[in-house]
Order: sequence, then C-alpha cells, then structure tokens
Amino acid sequence: MDDTTENSFSVDERREWMSLLAKSSEGAIKQYLKDIVPPPSFSYLRQPEVGSVMVRGKTSGTGAAFNLGEMTVTRCVLRLSTGEVGHAYVQGRRKSCAEAAAMVDALMQSKYANAVRLTVLNPLQADKQRQNTDRAQKAAATKVDFFTMARGEDT
Amino acid sequence: MYVSVKGGEQAIENAHAWLDEARRGDTNIAEINVAQIREQLSLSVNRVMAEGSLYDPDLAALAIKQSRGDLIEAIFLIRAYRTTLPRFGYSNAIDTSAMACERRVSATFKDIPGGQILGPTFDYTHRLIDFKLAAEGNAKKASKRDNSVDKMPRVSDFLNREGLMEAVIDNGDTPADLTREPLELPANRSLRLQSLARADEGFLLSLAYSTQRGYARNHAFVGELRIGLVDVVMDIPELGFDIDIGEIQVTECETVNQFTGSKTQPPQFTRGYGLVLGQTERKAISMALVDRAMRWEELGEDDEGAPAQDAEFVLYHSDNIQATGFLEHIKLPHYVDFQAELELIRQLREDAETNLSNTEDAHEQ
Repeated sequence: MDDTTENSFSVDERREWMSLLAKSSEGAIKQYLKDIVPPPSFSYLRQPEVGSVMVRGKTSGTGAAFNLGEMTVTRCVLRLSTGEVGHAYVQGRRKSCAEAAAMVDALMQSKYANAVRLTVLNPLQADKQRQNTDRAQKAAATKVDFFTMARGEDT
Repeated sequence: MYVSVKGGEQAIENAHAWLDEARRGDTNIAEINVAQIREQLSLSVNRVMAEGSLYDPDLAALAIKQSRGDLIEAIFLIRAYRTTLPRFGYSNAIDTSAMACERRVSATFKDIPGGQILGPTFDYTHRLIDFKLAAEGNAKKASKRDNSVDKMPRVSDFLNREGLMEAVIDNGDTPADLTREPLELPANRSLRLQSLARADEGFLLSLAYSTQRGYARNHAFVGELRIGLVDVVMDIPELGFDIDIGEIQVTECETVNQFTGSKTQPPQFTRGYGLVLGQTERKAISMALVDRAMRWEELGEDDEGAPAQDAEFVLYHSDNIQATGFLEHIKLPHYVDFQAELELIRQLREDAETNLSNTEDAHEQ
C-alpha cells in the first residue's frame, strides 16, 4: 500500500464507518457503490457467510449480564487486487450487502478513500440521520404536556 | 406380537399439497407477500422474533406466512432455523440507557426528565372496530415536533440516588447460555431472565396476573417502560476492536416493588426486570412481574407456594416450543404403545373375571 496521507485513518474512524455499513438499509451500499468506476477486482478471504450473534442485556439495565436472544449477521472478508483487505459484519441475512460493505472497508484504506467517503459513506450517514430525526420527531409529538389545574382557594 | 406398518407416504404428500393450497387461500384474492407481513403485521413479527429468540424481521415474516399465521408454528420454524446458523459470538451488553426511545412512560413519576413519550400505542384508543380500515388508503400521517435532544435518564436512578431502591450490582460474570447448555436448577437470575425473554407471552401474562391477584403478592408499579432502538456492539477478534453490528428494537420494563429490609438495613424498594426483543410491551411487563416473584428467596420473602414463585415450574413450562412439541406428539401414531395397554387391560379384565367366578364358585359350595 502507498504511504500517502490520504489513506491514513484511525481505529475510531474505521469503527465508525464499519458500524454505519452494518446498519445500512438493504441494497443501499451497493446502490451508492455503483457510482465508483471501474469496479475494483478482488478475491474473497472469507466468502459472505450468514450466522448469528447472541445479544446480551443487563439485569435492570446496569446489573449482571444475561443472554437476551440472537440476531442474524452476515460477514465477509475480501482483498482488493491492490492489496487492501476489507472486513464487514452487517445485520441480517444479506450476503451481497456484506460483500459491498467489505469492499467499502477495503476502498477506505486505498487511495479512493475520499471518493468513497463522498459517494457512499456520506449518503449512508445522511439516510441514517434522516431516519433517526424522523423517528425522534414523531416520538416528540407524542410527548405529554401536562396542564396543572389549580384547585381550591389557596393562593 | 405386533405387525409393523409402513405406509401413508402418498397420503402425507397429498396432505402437504393441500396445506400449500389452503395456505394460499382463494386465488381470486391477492397473495400476501413477506414485506407486507413485516410492515403491516409487525407486532406478530415481533412476537415471533422474541419467542423464536432470533432478531430478523424478514425471516419472522416469512415464518408467519409459511405457518398460515399460526405464531407458535412460526416460532418453531425460527427456532429450528437458528440452530443451523454458525454462532459468530456474543455481543457486549446493550445499553438501554442510550436507547433511541419511541415510547417511554413511567407510572411512578409524572414529571420525568425527557418526559412521558406515548409512542405508537393502543393505550387510550376506544377499542372499537374501525370499519374505515376495511377500505384502503386511509392511514393518517404521524405528527412531528421538533425534538430538543432530551436525555432520558433511568427513572430508577432517581430512587437510587436517595437510596430508596435496591442496588444493582454487575459482578462481571459471564452469564450461562441455555442455548448451549440445558437448563439446570437452581438457575441464577441471569439464566432465568434469558429463559423468560424467550418464554411464551400467554403463559407469562397469566403468571404475572396471578401475582397481581394475590399469588405471591408483591405490588408492582411500572417505574419505567421504554421501547426503542439500541445499537448492538461486538468485539471483532480478527480486527482487535469493537463495532456496531446492527441496531435492534427492544422493550424494557423496570418495576418498582414493595419493600425489603432488615434489622441492619432500612426498607428499600425492590425491582423486577423485563427485556424483550421487539415492541412487546405486554410480555416485558409480564416478565418483570414474574422475575420479581421468582426472587422471593434472595429477598428473604416467604414461600407462599404460589406458581410464579416456583422457578422449576415456571422455567420448565414457559417455553412454548418444548410444550407444543411434547403436547402435540401424542396425536402421532402410538399404535404399539396402545396395543400394549390394550393387552394389559384385557388381561386385567380376564383375571378379574376369573377371580369373580372363583369367588362365585366358592359361594355356591
């Protein structure tokens, strides 16, 4: 890999984009990724694989951990012909999403990082933000405003 | 002697073909698709995910379609499917304090920071059939309001601060997992909670109701009920750091129950806890009440012999897949078993008749 400044990134940054990719809606990564031309060639280090993760909760929210139930997850590892290795874990049974997410993870380590940020990550982030805001605003509209009724003669 | 019987293959094949046809129903009516079930029967989907113990709305919707809407059958399909999945690992414990709440109410305090958020609830509806729904395209749009990003602290924390609430301690132990090792008694609270989280809603509802009516009475207030999305974080060993692997909807219920105390400790409120996958409010409240009832020993309460106090009774009978498997198997062929019974009863009757006639003979003499 080139030693240029444009592909340097921190663990926190990588955690952030991998987390965003994991929670993306069905087909979105592929949709945005198709604007990257030409499609990079790659080989699998781990074919897309569907599995489960046991989700834990905490007793009373903060106490001892317990196993709540599982969720489906798909993972994939691939290597671009230019050498970057991309990892992905995405929610659900979504093999092509996992592959696209691993591709994005690899590209974010390459000289295309800025382009991928603009065409894939930023739109995904905007989608997520829009959904979150939409939900939060609907919730806010169902917030109870109490009116205090003064009763009796006391002043 | 018994003669083994083989057969029925054609009958079974034809029965399943009819099942397929019956599932489809009248072909003049449009076929329902999985996305429609996921979006429009979402509370059925949530129940199947919770009791199937696998968060995957599309899969739960497909199972509901396949089972013709029989939710226990759908849960069965999910449980069977999940055993085929490789387990990638365990998540970190979800942080319900950081939940993006769609609903959050407290029955104990009116004015809580963050407020009472009703969310998409059936509460306060009049429970009258809405004939407008029989026509299409009449769904109202949800209202929106600009949301100041209000923090929603746990209601139990207010009581904690005053020391009025039983403390919660994270001992850092790795919890046992009943999908890996069969349930053994006595089960600690973590194991009980895992079992309750996937238990049958109807069973838990009835048990919880029984505690309210006086069987192991411990009057419960819903301190807080919240429904919303939480991130699921997992350590990825091959990377050496953790990432969000998804976002799930959960329902959490914390109850505030009556007191415990001793000569050395002043009285404190006690807690019950419910946490369930999906929007599953009735189940989460039921779980909290049953959890609390099963804590009698640890809290030094009397064993009243109430069903909800009996962990063995509750845990061994709350799983609807175990229950339905054992219950429904008795309709399958038991020809050989029954033949043995038949032989036995004939023999008993024969012996009884012989005895009787011997006695009669004796009398005649």
